[in-house]
Amino acid sequence: MLVREFMDKKLQTIIQKLEKELGATASEQRGEESLIVAAEKIVAACEQVQGQSFELLSAMTAVDYWPQASSPQGENPRFHVIYQFTSVSKNLSLTLHVPVPGINPSLPTVSHIYRNANWRERELWDMFGIKFEGHPDLRRILMPADWEGHPLRKDYPLGYEEPQFTFNFEEIDLRKPYAKG
Amino acid sequence: MTDLQEVTVEDLKHLVSERAIQGETVLLNMGPQHPSTHGVLRLLLELDGEIVVNCIPDIGFLHTGIEKNMEARNYQQAEVMTDRLDYLNTVGNNLAYSLAVEKLIELDVPARAQAIRVILTELQRIASHLVWLATAALDVAAMSTFLYCFREREQILNMLELCSGQRMMTTYIRPGGLWRDVPVEFETAVRNFIKIFPKRIDQYEALLTRNPLFLDRTLGIGKISGADALNLGMTGPSLRASGVYWDLRKARPYSGYEQYQFAVPTRSEGDVYARYLVRIEELRQSLKIVEQALNKLPLGPVRSNNHKFVPPPRSEIGVSMEALIHHFKLWTEGFNAPKGAVYSAVESPRGELGVYLESDGGPKPYRVHWRTPSFDNLQAMPLMSKGVLVADLVAIIGSVDIVLGDVDR
Repeated sequence: MLVREFMDKKLQTIIQKLEKELGATASEQRGEESLIVAAEKIVAACEQVQGQSFELLSAMTAVDYWPQASSPQGENPRFHVIYQFTSVSKNLSLTLHVPVPGINPSLPTVSHIYRNANWRERELWDMFGIKFEGHPDLRRILMPADWEGHPLRKDYPLGYEEPQFTFNFEEIDLRKPYAKG
Repeated sequence: MTDLQEVTVEDLKHLVSERAIQGETVLLNMGPQHPSTHGVLRLLLELDGEIVVNCIPDIGFLHTGIEKNMEARNYQQAEVMTDRLDYLNTVGNNLAYSLAVEKLIELDVPARAQAIRVILTELQRIASHLVWLATAALDVAAMSTFLYCFREREQILNMLELCSGQRMMTTYIRPGGLWRDVPVEFETAVRNFIKIFPKRIDQYEALLTRNPLFLDRTLGIGKISGADALNLGMTGPSLRASGVYWDLRKARPYSGYEQYQFAVPTRSEGDVYARYLVRIEELRQSLKIVEQALNKLPLGPVRSNNHKFVPPPRSEIGVSMEALIHHFKLWTEGFNAPKGAVYSAVESPRGELGVYLESDGGPKPYRVHWRTPSFDNLQAMPLMSKGVLVADLVAIIGSVDIVLGDVDR
């Protein structure tokens, strides 16, 4: 159980409650409190968090730890989806980290709880290829509708590409890091 | 690129009402080259006569891949791109990024640099609100306000040019302090502005606040409740106009905002007019902050002395071997930030501007995410515009104050 002197008392009770009910693990880094929550519990977690007067889903983003373990039940899943909550009435913040495996990454949607998650989830689908089950309108949002690949993945080419000519087309094509999925 | 895709009503049926499929309502495209969409925003409107049944924003026309690009640059180089996000709040973007880097590497910032940061971001807030006032008033056909607002904005841009050599893309606030100290003429320029600007605000108000034509176009239009606004992620003046008292400068003071006396204006109506009144009052409050900060501007250095992360001044390079090495290392390979992730947010003219910054211990950020306020504020627009006239939709877009560079990143 997490007990620290300097942590805000209200936040501490909330974190302990979430730890107990969701089996989440809490950690602290540079004064920011975060919880690691399993993917299947994220809807329940968001409902809990909203019930604890975190009215605002400030940010929602993801980090790609490619080429780290991409197996479905791997120890170190490829993606972390990050939910950043703000409580306006109590002036608190809380971060949830949700590990997502690299093969067929998907998460249940929370857009019915926090309505602004709608576009945020579309952005994550567009940029990382993480599917959100039950999302009402999962289309690309920033890239054109016919774009291939998911640009913010780490295996998506960045900057320049080696020019392909007729004599070396196939050779380069073989080792070209296409974004898969 | 493939051929142009034909979009049919079938493809959009989860977004429009039943009546559109039966052909009772009309689907109309507004933008992305429409003057009142404030940039390249495309709205797909479902219209019943002149009434908006559904409004579906389509964004991404200004997507520049800044988050991806920042992963390929070191921490100093990446900052240059922050100016290009929200081009009306360039100094504020620099500040948000610098605060995130400072939090990540636990860097100190001298008091003078903090005060100058506050002065410049508040001036930038005024400039940004002036562009908003100018264009939002223009959208409801108040032409002269536009010219007056741009006259004052010009003065602020000149001050930025005085400090940084650039009117918009300043990159003046750097991790660890500022690029350099402000020139001696700066104080006179700001004092001059503080003297004339209150009268200018009265002038704008005389043109609009009790103008019956303006009231007709704004009162009771585009209403949104505080609870809805929060649930949709709205922040900034648009949220405060719906009666929610939330300002990061008060709630989580950064850069020394706790030393200054200022009020956070709120209104409870949540309509276009309330958003107008809140921003007008913010102009006065920002000016108050600028004046206080200028009055007690401390003397001293404007850059941290931690030369592992902040380049040493030019004067040291000639006499100190160590300074020369630091200079060389910092401008060739950059600095290695310790491993970890931070989220830090500032109050931009449009709301909570947050930076999620993750480092893997190398000289380049592993992941930078910009939580831009316009992105979420724009999401609230379909709710606000249900059942309004097309002409009022224009007023609503103006009142939310979106910047497309901020939406699309």
